[in-house]
Amino acid sequence: MSFVESEKVSDANIIGGLSGGAMIGFASVLLLLMIGRIAGISGILGGVITFGAAKDVPWRAAFIAGLILGAALYRLIWGPLPLQLQVEGTVLAIAGILVGVGTRVSSGCTSGHGVCGLARRSKRSVAATFIFMGAAMLTVYVTRQVMS
Amino acid sequence: MNTILAALVSGVIFGLGLCVSEMVNPRRVIGFLDVFGAWDATLLAVMAAAVTVTGIAFPLVLKRARPVLTERFVVPEKTDIDLRLITGSVLFGIGWGLAGLCPGPAIAALASLSPSILMFVAAMIGGQWLASRFERQASTRG
Repeated sequence: MSFVESEKVSDANIIGGLSGGAMIGFASVLLLLMIGRIAGISGILGGVITFGAAKDVPWRAAFIAGLILGAALYRLIWGPLPLQLQVEGTVLAIAGILVGVGTRVSSGCTSGHGVCGLARRSKRSVAATFIFMGAAMLTVYVTRQVMS
Repeated sequence: MNTILAALVSGVIFGLGLCVSEMVNPRRVIGFLDVFGAWDATLLAVMAAAVTVTGIAFPLVLKRARPVLTERFVVPEKTDIDLRLITGSVLFGIGWGLAGLCPGPAIAALASLSPSILMFVAAMIGGQWLASRFERQASTRG
């Protein structure tokens, strides 16, 4: 029996993760300090695409535009975005719908509940973060370990 | 005008952070979620760094009487863990686990001009719309 340990360990990008994570944290602090808002992206997007009840659209649209601009800036400086899609077609579309419905119903996603909610020590956000991470891990286990 | 500029700058830094940390890459995200496979710790590093920064700075910022450019802080005030929070989080988690994309990275990745990403974001907005319709129905009914 040979060891396959090396296949179990992937090449985590710890330096990139820590520096990028610090930038995400800093951006969230900046938004709260300057305009008093939580950098929860599903909520900010939901406020732009208000389906009738427009509220605070300008700053929300500016933040969303900034996200895309930031990624475009990355492309300009460092080259193509690291982007390896794991599913395509129908599954990707279903995933998108689920992410849209779920973040709207639970009022938050990885940024709002995760990065910002945990920092505010919100019980709701801690619960949400554990639940969506658990559901996501279970989904990956079923689709990538059991079914494949 | 200043509030728009502040939001824009925050968005740009956030978007850059998502790329530098490779969180725009679904492979990294699925790798983290794949705890029984080739586990990838990158997302953990991202969350650790981000929450350290926000965890230290948020309480300090919220001690201020008001934000720099606006009248007051707008932070969520709900505290109860209700059925909506739980079901919504489960649905979001399933979608996140299927594709490895959540709202922030998906929007930032639009800069790649990938048609698949565009389709995902459209589906996501469609999902938000769907949920908002149910909200309106529920509020008119009850």
